[in-house]
Amino acid sequence: MSAPGAIRQENDSPGIAVDMIGISKAFGGVKALRDVDFSVRFGEIHALLGENGAGKSTILKILRGVMNPDAGQIVIKGETFSRLTSRIARDRGIGMIFQEMSLVPTLTVAQNVFLAGEPLTAAGLIDDGAMRAGTARIFAEMGVSVDPAALVSDLSTGQQQLTEIAKALSQKADILMLDEPTSALTGSEVAILFQLLRRLKAEGKAIVYVSHRMDEIFKIADAATVLRDGRLIDSRPIGGYTLATLIIDIMGKATLDLSAFATKSAASKEEILAARNLASRRGGNASFVLHRGEVLGLAGLLGSGRTRLARMLFGLEPIVSGTVAIKGQNVVIGSPEAAKALKMALVPEDRRREGLVLQHSIEENIQLPILKRLGRSIFLDRARSRAIADTLIRQLSIKTSRRSAAANSLSGGNQQKIVIGKWLATQPNILILDEPTAGIDIGSKGEILRLVRELAAEGKSVIFISSELTELIAVSDRIALMAEGRIVQTIEKSSLLDRQDGNADLSAEQTLQLILQKGAQHA
Amino acid sequence: MPETALPAASNQGIVNLVRRSWRQNIIYFGFIAVFVFFALTLHERGFLDPNNILNIARQTAMIAVMAVAMTLVLCSGEIDLSIGAVAGLASVTAAMAIAWGGWPAGVAVGLLTGLIVGAINGVLSTRLAIPTFLTTLAMMGIARGVAMWISSTAAIPILNRPYSAFFGGGNLGVVPSLLIWMVLVGAVGHVALRRTRFGRQILAVGGNVVAARYSGIPTAKIKFWVLVISSVTAALAGMLYAGRLQSGRFQLGEGDELSVIAAAVLGGTSLFGGRGSVTGSIIGALMIGVINNGLILMGLEYSQQLIARGIIIILAVAVSQAGTRN
Repeated sequence: MSAPGAIRQENDSPGIAVDMIGISKAFGGVKALRDVDFSVRFGEIHALLGENGAGKSTILKILRGVMNPDAGQIVIKGETFSRLTSRIARDRGIGMIFQEMSLVPTLTVAQNVFLAGEPLTAAGLIDDGAMRAGTARIFAEMGVSVDPAALVSDLSTGQQQLTEIAKALSQKADILMLDEPTSALTGSEVAILFQLLRRLKAEGKAIVYVSHRMDEIFKIADAATVLRDGRLIDSRPIGGYTLATLIIDIMGKATLDLSAFATKSAASKEEILAARNLASRRGGNASFVLHRGEVLGLAGLLGSGRTRLARMLFGLEPIVSGTVAIKGQNVVIGSPEAAKALKMALVPEDRRREGLVLQHSIEENIQLPILKRLGRSIFLDRARSRAIADTLIRQLSIKTSRRSAAANSLSGGNQQKIVIGKWLATQPNILILDEPTAGIDIGSKGEILRLVRELAAEGKSVIFISSELTELIAVSDRIALMAEGRIVQTIEKSSLLDRQDGNADLSAEQTLQLILQKGAQHA
Repeated sequence: MPETALPAASNQGIVNLVRRSWRQNIIYFGFIAVFVFFALTLHERGFLDPNNILNIARQTAMIAVMAVAMTLVLCSGEIDLSIGAVAGLASVTAAMAIAWGGWPAGVAVGLLTGLIVGAINGVLSTRLAIPTFLTTLAMMGIARGVAMWISSTAAIPILNRPYSAFFGGGNLGVVPSLLIWMVLVGAVGHVALRRTRFGRQILAVGGNVVAARYSGIPTAKIKFWVLVISSVTAALAGMLYAGRLQSGRFQLGEGDELSVIAAAVLGGTSLFGGRGSVTGSIIGALMIGVINNGLILMGLEYSQQLIARGIIIILAVAVSQAGTRN
C-alpha cells in the first residue's frame, strides 16, 4: 500500500506528471489510437477532447492500467513504462473518477472511501472510527461538506462525485482523471466541483478533464488536447483556441455526405403532436410541435433532458405539468399502454436493457407490443406472427437465417433493427427514436437513416434524438435544441445547409455544434 | 440479404439446434436413464410392478401439479414459497366445508382459499413492491398457522365418497384420478405458457422486465395473476391430498415447495426467469418420485435416502446447467 516517495516532488516546479509518447492501440482492425502524444503537468487542468470514438477513453484506460497500448511509452513522474497495471497506476498516484459511479450504494461514504484499504485496529478489526475521521479530514481539506456516515444511496449525484474524488485522494492520488464529471450535476453542484478542482490544481495536482461541454473547458481548463479518429489533432494552452477553432478541430470534415439527404421534405402543415410547457420531476419546460410526415431532430448535450422528454411522451415518466395534444386533442399519457393506444412508439436508448428480451427469438421480441392483436382468441395467432416477423426481417434486411434466432446471437445493428421492427409492427403514427444508431456499424446506420426518411415519406412523424450532429442534420427536417429540459431554439435544416452568414469556415454540423454550445451556456 | 447469409448460418444453426435440444431434453434422457437403472437393478423387488408404477404416479401427482404453476412463477422471474402451506390450509378448509355443505361447498371453499392467499401475495408483491421471496415466505407461516388454528391441529375427516373418488382417491378404469389431474393441469399449463398471449407476457416479464414495460406490457398485472394461479393450483393440490387421505390436515404439503422448485429446475426452468418448460417440470417431478421410490425399494434408511436424493438432484441440475452456459 505504501505509495513510493515519488509524490514528494509535487509543489513548486510545474513538472511533468504524465508523458505519453507515440501511443498506438488497435481493437481487431480498428485503430483506436495512432501514434498519439499526450502530456499533463502538475498544477494544470488539461482537457482531453474529441467526439465519441475519438480515443479519449482508450487514453484514460491505458493510464489507469486496465488496457495495454500496442506501442509507445508512458512516463510517470520520470519513470518510464511500456505498459501499466492497475496496481502500478494506483501506486504512482493515478486516480480515476468514473463517469458511471463506482461506489457501493449500500455502504456508507467512509466505507466507500476506504474500500479495500480499511484502517485496522490493534486487534485486526476494521477501525470504523478512524475511517470516519479520515474521511471527514479529506472532505475538510477539499473544502466541501459531506457526511462520512451517510449511506451513498442517500447522497445526491454531486455528493457521490465528491465522494469519488475523496476516495481517489485517500489513495494519495495526485494525478486525477475525470470523465464527463458534470453530465449528471446541477448548476450549483458544478460550481462546487469547479471550486474544488481549482483548489486541487493550486495544491499542485495534475488533472485530466474530459467533457463535451465547451463552456466548461474554457472556464476551467489551462490546456486542451484534441483527438479525432484516434489521431492527435492539436494540443496547446486554452488561450490558443476559440470556440469555433476548437469545434473545427474536434469535428473535422463531415463523414456522411449530407447532400444525399438534402432532399424534399415530406412534412405537411398538419399538426400531429403539440407539447406545451412539459415539465418532469427534474423540472424543465419543453414546448414543440410535430407535423405529419416530419422528422424532428432533437439535439442537446449530455443531461439536457432529451431522453427524459421521450420517456414523458411515452408514459414512462410522469408529466408534472404541461399538456400534450395529439391532432389537436389534449391527451393523458399515463403508461406505455396508453401511449401505444395513441399510436405512438418509442425505440429506447438502451436496446439491450430496454428494447429486447435478449435470450428470446426475433419473432418473440417482435410479438411483444402486438400481443393484444395476435392473442384475440385464446391461442396466439402463430401464422400471423410468423408472417409479420418474416415481413419485417425482409423489410429491414435483418441479417439472420431464421426468425427463431435468439436476439443476442445478432450484431448490434441487427438487434437495433429488431427493436425498430417490433415498433413498426404496431403501425405507429408517431415514432420516437432515442439514439438509434449508437454503437452500431456504419452500414446499419445508413440503412436506419434511410428507413426513417421512408417512414416520413409515408406520412409518419418521427422524433429523432441523436448526439451525432451529422446524422441529425442528414435525417431531420427541423432540429430542436434542448438544454436543461427546455427547447431553446428550433432550426430549419435548410437554413443550416445554406448558412452563409456567421463563420463561413464552419460546416453545417460545426455550425450546429456552435449553436448548441452557446445554447447550453445561456440555459 | 438473408439469402446470402443462409449457408454459413445454417451450419451454425445445426450446432445451435443440437446444443439447444440437448439442453431442453436432458431431463427426458435423465429420466429414462434413472428409470432404466432402477428397472434393471430393482426388478426383483417389484419396481416394474404396475401397482408400484401407479403408486409412483399417485405420490408424485401433487408435486407435479404444483410444479406446473411454479414453472409459470419462475418464468415470470418470481418465486412462491407458500405453496406447501397453502395446500395444507386448503385441505383443512375444504374438509371443513364438506362437513358443512357437501362436496360442492368443499370444492368452492378450497379453491377460494387459494384465490384469497394468491391475491394477498399478489397485492403485497406488486403494490407494495415487496419481493415475492419475502411475501410468500411470510405467507407460508401465516397459512400454516391459520390451518393449525382452525383445525385445532386435528385431522378433519372427509366422509364424502364422490369427493374422495374425484379428488385423488378413485380410479377411472385402471387409471388413478390423480394421474388424470396431473395430465390435465399439465396440458393446460403447457398450452398457456407456449401458445397464449398470457404465456408470452410471462416470459417477457421474466426475461427482461424493463423491455416488457417499454413494450406496453402491464408487468404488475401479469405478476399478480401468476401468483394467484400459483396459489389456486396449490389449493387444488391440497384438495387432492385431502381426497387421497380422506381428511384435511395442516401438515399436508409441508416442505413441498422445495421439491416443486427442484422439479421445475430439473425440468430446465430458469430460476432467473424468461425460460421454462411445463412438460419438463412434470417429468422433473416424476423423476424425483422415481428416485424416492427406487431408494426405498433399495432398502435405504430414511437418512440415507435424503443424502442420496440430494446428491442425485445436484448431479442432474449440474448436467442440465452445463448446456445452459455460453
